[in-house]
Parts: sequence; C-alpha cells; structure tokens
Amino acid sequence: MRVMRSRAAALAVAAIMLSGGCGGGSSPAGGGKEANAFSVALTEPDHLTPGNTSSDYSITVLDTLFETPVAIDAATNKPVMRAAESVTSTDQKVWTIKFKPGRKFSNGEPVTAQSFADAWNATAYGPNGWTNNYYFANIEGYDELNPEKGEPATDKLRGLKVLDDTTLQVTLTAPFSQFPITLAYIAFAPMPKAAFKDLKAFDQAPIGNGPFVLDGPWEHDKQIKVKRSPTYTGDRTPKADAITFKIYASRDTAWTDLRAGRVDLMTTVPPASTGEAKRLLGDRFQQTPDGTMDYLGFPVFDKRFANPDLRKAFSMAIDRQAIVNAVYDGAFKPMASLLAPLVPGYRENACGEACTYNPAKAKELFDKAGGFSGTLTLWFSNADPSYEQWMTAVANQLRQNLGITDIKFRKIPASDYLTTLRERKEDGPYRNNWVMDYPSPQNYLESMWGEGNRMGWKNEEFLDLIDQANSAPTFDESIPLYQKAEDIALAEMPMIPLWNWQSQVGFTSRLSGVNVTPYSKNLYTISVKQG
Amino acid sequence: MYAARRLAQAIPVFFATTFLIYTMVFALPGDPILALAGDKPVPEQVLEVMREHYHLNDPLLVQYGRYMLGVFHGDLGETFTGQPVSELLQDRWAVTAQLALTAWVFELVVGIGLGVLAGLRRGGIADTLVLAGTTFVIAVPVFVVGYTAQIVLGLNLGLFPTAGTEEGWPGSYLLPGMVLGSFGLAYVARLTRTSLVENLRADYVRTATAKGLSRRRVVGLHALRNSLIPVVTYLGVDFGNLMAGAVVTEGIFNLPGIGQQVFQSIQLQEGPVVVGVVTLLVMIFILANLAVDLLYGVLDPRIRRARA
Repeated sequence: MRVMRSRAAALAVAAIMLSGGCGGGSSPAGGGKEANAFSVALTEPDHLTPGNTSSDYSITVLDTLFETPVAIDAATNKPVMRAAESVTSTDQKVWTIKFKPGRKFSNGEPVTAQSFADAWNATAYGPNGWTNNYYFANIEGYDELNPEKGEPATDKLRGLKVLDDTTLQVTLTAPFSQFPITLAYIAFAPMPKAAFKDLKAFDQAPIGNGPFVLDGPWEHDKQIKVKRSPTYTGDRTPKADAITFKIYASRDTAWTDLRAGRVDLMTTVPPASTGEAKRLLGDRFQQTPDGTMDYLGFPVFDKRFANPDLRKAFSMAIDRQAIVNAVYDGAFKPMASLLAPLVPGYRENACGEACTYNPAKAKELFDKAGGFSGTLTLWFSNADPSYEQWMTAVANQLRQNLGITDIKFRKIPASDYLTTLRERKEDGPYRNNWVMDYPSPQNYLESMWGEGNRMGWKNEEFLDLIDQANSAPTFDESIPLYQKAEDIALAEMPMIPLWNWQSQVGFTSRLSGVNVTPYSKNLYTISVKQG
Repeated sequence: MYAARRLAQAIPVFFATTFLIYTMVFALPGDPILALAGDKPVPEQVLEVMREHYHLNDPLLVQYGRYMLGVFHGDLGETFTGQPVSELLQDRWAVTAQLALTAWVFELVVGIGLGVLAGLRRGGIADTLVLAGTTFVIAVPVFVVGYTAQIVLGLNLGLFPTAGTEEGWPGSYLLPGMVLGSFGLAYVARLTRTSLVENLRADYVRTATAKGLSRRRVVGLHALRNSLIPVVTYLGVDFGNLMAGAVVTEGIFNLPGIGQQVFQSIQLQEGPVVVGVVTLLVMIFILANLAVDLLYGVLDPRIRRARA
C-alpha cells in the first residue's frame, strides 16, 4: 500500500513536469538549423518601434524589417540612397526628399512620403514618450510638440510637408549640412497606417518595408524569427530564407553556444575571449571598426580641474596601449583623436603630444600647473567589470607618473551613473562613453562638447565653428571647420580620448558572406552552406 | 483545520513582504527612467511622460497602495518596455518550475540513494567516497560548478545542450537541474546517512531484527522511514531555495525563468516585477513549509495525533 502511494507521488511529479514541458512553448531542436536559415545571438530588445529604441540589439532586428531613407556606405562612410531617391537642398535648411516609387510594406500598404511623415511626427510627439524624440529637435515645429508645460496643441511637425506621394519637404530650424547622413538612423524609418490603429501591438509585431518580415510573435527572452518578405523590391535581396534571433541574457553564454555550434553568428564576442576566438575560429573571427569611444572626462566646473595643463598632464601620464593590452587583450585601439577612425574628418594624430605617453613631460607639466592636492576620486559605473579594471590601471599610472598618492574609486550602479553625471555630483575624472549615431564629426563634437555639456566646459570659438560647419554648403566643406573645432577641444582637453572599440564578430562554418559594418549587420548578404 | 490556520498565517506575511520589497526597490538610488535612455539626451517632456505613466512621482505609500489595488484587480503592473508583468510571469514561471523540479527530483532520488548507500556501509569505501564527494560539492560555489559543467559536459563532451530551452524538457533542463540540485544533493545525502546510521543502532531496529524480519524490511520500512523526517524537512525548505538559486543557474544556462528576470529587473529598478516575483517566491516558501508539516504526520503517526 505504502509503496504504491509513493509511486503515485512520483508519477504526479513526473506528470507536472511533463505538462510544464508543454507549457514552456519551446520549439523543437535547432532554431535556425532548418534548410536555408541561420541564427544570430542577440540580447532582448527593448522595443521594436523604430522611433522608440536606440538599443543596438533592437536596431539589429529592425535593420532587417525596415528601410531608412538613406544608408551609409561602409567603404566611404558617406550616405547612399536607400528608400529615398534623392535628398537635396540649396540652403541646407529646407530639404527635399524624393522617395523611390512603388515600394510596399509587408502588409501590402504602399510606402509613401506620408508614411515617413507619420512615423516622424509620432516620434517627435512628446506625450508618446519615445526614445528617439530628440532626433527631431532640429525640425521646425518640434517645440510645439514638446512644450515645457501641458499638452501640445498639435501632433504634427510644422517643418514636414508632404508635397506628393513620393516627395517630402523638411524645414529645419537652422542650416545643417549633415542632415542627409542623419536619415540613415533607424528613427527615420517609415510606419504604415496600420501601425497607428494600435501602437502597442505594432511594437510587439512591427510591419516594415524591409527585406524580412516577422515570422510568428516576438517570444520575449527566447527568440525573434524573421523570414523573407514577399513584398520587398529593394536592393537588399536576402540570400537566406529566414533568420532566428536567439536571445541571450549573457554574452559569455552566447559565446559558449557559438562554440557548440548552437548559434551561428555573434557580433559581440566578449573582449576577454578575444584570444580564444582567434584560436578557435581563425578567419571566422573578425574585428571590425566601431564608432564607440571611451573618454576620461573632467568636471571642469570644479576649480581643481580648471587648468588645461593639468588635464593634459593627466592625458600624457596614461599609457593607453598598455591598458588596452592588459584589459581588452589588445582588441581596442588607443586614440589620439576625439573622433573614431571611421568618421570622415578623422586625423590619426590630431591630439599630438598631449595624447602621447610621456611620464617625464607629464610630471613637468603637472608640477607647472600647480599639482593636485587632496583626494582624487575616479568615477565609473558597474555595468561591466572591465571599467573597474582599466580605471585601476589609470589610477596606478597617475600615482606612479604624477605622484598623486590619495586616489579613491567611486563605482556607481549602472542605473544611477548617468543621473550622477547629469546632476554634476562627480568631483573627479569619470568614464565617458559615446556610441556613434551617424558618422559625422558633428555627432561627436556637438553632442559631447557643445552647449550644456557634462563637463561644464564652454568655449565661444568652438561653438561658433560648430555653427559654421553645420551650415556649410556641402558635407566636404564642413569637415575642415569641424577639425578646427576639434583642435580647440583638444588644446583645452576638458575630456581625454582613451580608446576606440572594435566589434568582435564570430560565426560558424555554416555561414559565408558575413559583412558586418559599423552601420549595419548586413544579415541579408549571408548565405548558408547546405548539407 | 490545521492547514487552514497555517494558510491564514500567510496573509500578514504577504502584506509585509510586498511592502518591504516595494520599499527596498523604491529606495534604490537613481532615476530608472533616465537610466533607460543611456548616454543620449532625452527631453524633460519625454522623461515626465514616462515618470507619470509609471507613477514614479508619487510618494512611496501612494505608489504601494496603487500597486496593491491593481494586484487585487488582477493587474500586476507592467515593465518599462510595456510588457504586462502577469504575462511575463506566466511565460517565465514554467521555465523555473521545470528547472526547480528537475533539480529537486535529482536531489531526492540521488541524494537519498547515496545517503542510504553510505549509511548502510558505514566506514566502507562507498561511505568515504560519498563523504568526500559531498564535501567537495558543498565547498565549490554554484557558478563554478555551473560553468565547469557547461564547458566540460556540454561543450567538450557534447552530452547536454550548452544553453537555452530549445530542446524542451527534459533535454534542456537536465544539466542545469543537476547543477542547481548539486548543493542540496550533498546535504540530503549527508543527512540521510547520519540519520540512518543513528536509527540502525536504535532499540526498535534491534527488536525488529530479533523478531526475525528480513534485513530489507527492517531497513526499508522501519529505519529508513524514521530517518527521512529530517530529510523531508530539508527537501521542503530547499524547494524554495531552489527557486531562489535559479538566479545563478538560469543566468549561466540562459534559461528565461524567474531568476534571470529578477536579476535584470533589480538592475532596471522595475518595482512591480521585483515585487511580483519575490512575493510569489515567498508564497512558495510558505506552501512548501506547510507541505512539509503535513508530511510529518504521514511519516510519524505521533505527530499526527498530537495535532488533532
């Protein structure tokens, strides 16, 4: 009897587990292993509405589902037309965008100038609370959609005028020569009429104008599947029939899965695994340039850091190459420029002596500037363990080379770090990171050194040069002006350039044609080996 | 009657834990909405819309009151990406339950088996091996066991999938289940062994043997049943521990369960998610303990009578 009862209990447990197994909704083995399909390791995206995400993970998916008016050519780092036929202006203030005719969304709806205007209006409309709102701040009428107080009176940007089905006229608040290149950003993708019936549902199951369409619902924290779009007629014809984005909570686990052949492509191989990746994957491991930069910022508002010579002394006392070798296995590039190498107008040694490691000269400059007394506090966030590693190395070098003995660390929770900087609570040099939006010097210089910057640094000549460059008649003519502005920011050195990140791409032997660039993962070019 | 009284005790515990957790998440430094934006500038208007939407401007008591009101209407709130918490828990719950049950059954079967083996041959080779092995497992942190098992058994030997839930149950859950259960298994084995060794020396066992019962019946029916009382207590409490231990294991093996979610949500300061998950965990703890208490009666009639 008793034996029977315990057996019954065991059966019950087994039954619960089996029913749970069905409830889990897990698909049969090998997501992305079928026929002409492959899988990509990803982190859970935050949103899939183009106007409401700036996360690289979301953009990786959205890049397959949507097409922006222009794209950036990785060979020249200049804009090329994609959904648009031309983007022109005579005064850099009023721009005319002609779109390619006859394009369709995956639900069959035609892609028109209105589809773009609708999407941009929705993103710029303050009460929607979308992340990319700010990208429309230079279009006329933005202020009316984002009033200081109360509800906006209108939900349409005054600066957007639909002239006909394929023509959109955009009026900016000031001349801006970089406007075409900004149109490559995902926030400028169109949205179909169907989206506005239920924006929440659209975020879960977006309908786009790109080479792929969603295949089944977004399975949160598990996977997102896309397949070839039946209505797509653009240039990015996919080689593969389908892609599965497998979602990982940790890059290290994704890397282990790639080694086990359970995921085919990974674009964020952890820097700590660089050596292993080179050894195991050979030429299936690629390091590609990236626009992301790390800087050491100074609270210039704090008078202990007000002397540019002191800041330069810090810069010369830091051995960037040694740190990159030790912490990032040599994968990142030491920088002597405020701009990443892929940005047009980048000069390899723009900084010159001030960014060259020279302990003796650094000490001399440091003493001349009056030295530093009291506690030096270094600020960074706990988002990644490598931040603490390199900050510790910086501290050691400052101690050795400048003789600053009293150095403390402030490791701030990631969720609080930017608030801390925004409220200017930092009382010492801090880690500053920049992820490029589009390859223009303006994106770096104006965003970080421009009006109301974090450091509290203000230089009229710099601001004036940026204004001139923004309203230069052509992109090429704007470059020397940005470079002059960069020179000023380097001479004053309110923020020290440290190093430039590299994307670390790894893939299995099933794939060929992998072409990850700083602007797109180009998943459409990938073909799968059969058999 | 007894069970009902025990269940009633859960009500104040429910309110106290939800309030405590809510206060703790509330007290975390930083502005969760601003942190979402990353390094990019966000207009004050957008921030305000978001804060308003998640009622982050209200004082603690108002926020908590609003949350509880929602809970009683079946609304557990939503995450910062707009996903309803109830939907999220539903998806993730199955994963953690399967993982914890796999680990638990592993603990139960292998743990008691090893304990009996060691207890019956006290001082023998099996006993020494079990003692040494379990000491080792207890000494090594779970994440070391986890990563090692993943690399050696999953990647190098290819016996198990390295991560994810694609193979479903049991395939995807065996290795993480064993890792999660390894710590408890060591305890169960040791408890069973010690308890069995003690009981084998008890008078009633000698009496039973003297009556001429077979060794099998003496051990299986008399000694083992009594020896299992402390083990059952441990297994009951440990079921709750397994749920909490899933935080590390789910992270290593990329299982989208409750543990992984709670870790992410604490980082994002998503109050409703953390409170929802932790409250559920507390409830499971309470229920598991209740189940243990009721099981005592089955194993030991004296306890059953004392309660009546």
